[in-house]
Amino acid sequence: MAKVLMKGNEAIGEAAIRAGCIHFFGYPITPQSEVPEYLSRRLPEVGGLYLQAESEVAASNMIYGAAGVGVRVLTTSSSPGVSLMAEGLSYIAACELPCVLVNIMRAGPGLGGILPAQGDYLQATKGTAHGDFNLIVLAPSSVQEAVDLMLVAFELAEKYRNPVILIGDGMIGQMMEPVEFPEVKVGKPLGPTDYALTGCKGRERRIVNSLYLDAQKLNDHNEKLKAKFELITENEQRWEYYNTEEPFDVLLTGFGMMARICKTAVDVLKGEGINIGLFRPITAKPFPYKPLRELIDRSKRVLCVEMNMGQMLLDVQFAAEGTVPIDFYGKAGGIIPSVEDVVEQLRAAIAKAGGSRSGK
Amino acid sequence: MPKIQVMVERCKGCERCNDACPQEIMKMSSDLNAKGYKFASAVDQSRCLGCRMCAIACPEVALEVYIEGTQYEFFAY
Amino acid sequence: MKKIFSYTDGLTKKTTHYCPGCTHGVIHRMVGEVIEELGLRETTVGVAPVGCSVLAYEYFNCDMFEASHGRAPAVATGAKRCRPNLTVFTYQGDGDLASIGMAEIVHAANRGEKFTTIFVNNAIYGMTGGQMAPTTMPNQRATTCPMGRDVEQVGHPIKVAELLSSLTTPAYVARVSSHTPEETVKAKAAIKQAFQYQKEGRCYTFVEVLSICPTNWGLSPRESNIWLEKEMMPYYPLGVLKRPEDFEGETDGGN
Repeated sequence: MAKVLMKGNEAIGEAAIRAGCIHFFGYPITPQSEVPEYLSRRLPEVGGLYLQAESEVAASNMIYGAAGVGVRVLTTSSSPGVSLMAEGLSYIAACELPCVLVNIMRAGPGLGGILPAQGDYLQATKGTAHGDFNLIVLAPSSVQEAVDLMLVAFELAEKYRNPVILIGDGMIGQMMEPVEFPEVKVGKPLGPTDYALTGCKGRERRIVNSLYLDAQKLNDHNEKLKAKFELITENEQRWEYYNTEEPFDVLLTGFGMMARICKTAVDVLKGEGINIGLFRPITAKPFPYKPLRELIDRSKRVLCVEMNMGQMLLDVQFAAEGTVPIDFYGKAGGIIPSVEDVVEQLRAAIAKAGGSRSGK
Repeated sequence: MPKIQVMVERCKGCERCNDACPQEIMKMSSDLNAKGYKFASAVDQSRCLGCRMCAIACPEVALEVYIEGTQYEFFAY
Repeated sequence: MKKIFSYTDGLTKKTTHYCPGCTHGVIHRMVGEVIEELGLRETTVGVAPVGCSVLAYEYFNCDMFEASHGRAPAVATGAKRCRPNLTVFTYQGDGDLASIGMAEIVHAANRGEKFTTIFVNNAIYGMTGGQMAPTTMPNQRATTCPMGRDVEQVGHPIKVAELLSSLTTPAYVARVSSHTPEETVKAKAAIKQAFQYQKEGRCYTFVEVLSICPTNWGLSPRESNIWLEKEMMPYYPLGVLKRPEDFEGETDGGN
């Protein structure tokens, strides 16, 4: 398959189609509007449906309706819009329906700004909405990875009948990169399912519902959802080690585009003979705590770099359990820490860690 | 002669059938159903016209109407 | 003996949780009868709201969704757009539809979504215990307007049928009532017409059904009927406000 130069938002839309998703409900919001724009042109070409909702609240309930009648469905939005979709996600997760949501994050809080940021990490991984439920959260660090993870997202959503959210940031949405698309299931809608509301011809009628007035039944449902997520945690963790073959004193952690910038910083210091290990989660949930802890146990100090005020930091601290000092460097509002910024922070961390293990 | 069949356990004694019946033959009995409601009952089937107004007014779908011979359909429902 | 009025297969056998005399039951029965009579039961997906009829998924004998408060029209949009062969309806109360769900109903109607909405207007929030609704009448007492609805403070009740019929796209908008057998017969005809239009894939169909709420109005079923006629019907006139046939040539109601 030939590489094509494509804007992240459009690549994400095309990737959904390649994953067999030809139903989209969404709403315009910078910096992700190119996804609905692209799909409003592209989906009719593959016999699909593009519908612009009147709000993100409506969009989240439209995908609830679509998922409930057993079709593969996508919605995309950006930070404030995802906040409006929160209630819908709680219902979809409670009803155990598959759907994919993409959050091209922008600077917050409030109206915030339209520049890239990572301020929705905790919203996605910890506190999306009311009740005990879990999203599967994927964090791509390039347009190509976003494309690849879109296919993974639909696969996991259906395998576990659970919403999956892909958290990119303004950069991933707006920048153009060469991308390769798999020739997978173009436009193949979901096959018949055993839970979907397709009309009760020839079977018992079905109900898609999250109301349980009986406390025991609702508790049992909560425990079922919890057990399901433990299974997901066991099977679906994804992460990346970078430059961790050699010993290192300082471990650098980050996710998404920030982790990619950190890789360059690691390369810069490697050029100077200083070895820095890098860890990035690809599944921000289920978070790969054990793989991170293995690197933490080999390091003297950890530096966590994010485009927010410290959110994945909590997971890093959780993994470390106080066994190592952890520095944090973060910018918000749309400021993107540069390679030089990260290198400078690394040098400070190395100094505090008492010189690097490789003797420099 | 038409016959009103009351599904006793569905009735909540709201008396809407009584208000609806042009012959005023639907009365609440003094007996109680399992839920403790005085359920409806047709006190004089012989005066029943088979017009179905009681069943149409009933919110609990507790009434079924039977007739013998020709049915005078006063209205289509 | 010939049975001339029987239990509809459109409803399950479950007895309802509604208060004695509440005409939600009558409206449920009409919708169930219509779905059965038009042979739609096996392709129907209903969307229950949050409100007194939150448990409607226990009563309609077809596939059912439980939607979040006010969002049934959006859920129905998703369902109908993705499986157009389904017969889809939303069954909503006045708090659900005219308050929190106003944007959803207006836009679903304006897009001409090919589903049917049954809007039960009983001028009160029932399930939560009798609070003021967008359709509560001026000076009508409710638990959140104990001195009576003060239009100076909260404005006048909303006439949803008129509101939606002012939009170009929705092509069938009717208001009926369920408080007397006579009005119920007319109501069923309107509901049947709505589902018939949907069966033909013709247009968005909306039926507002006035309904009594003895418990929260603090009246007996009989007194409630009188109150509905005296207070509500003058303000919410019954009738078919829009039919696709009225403007065949022009927009014909829908996409």
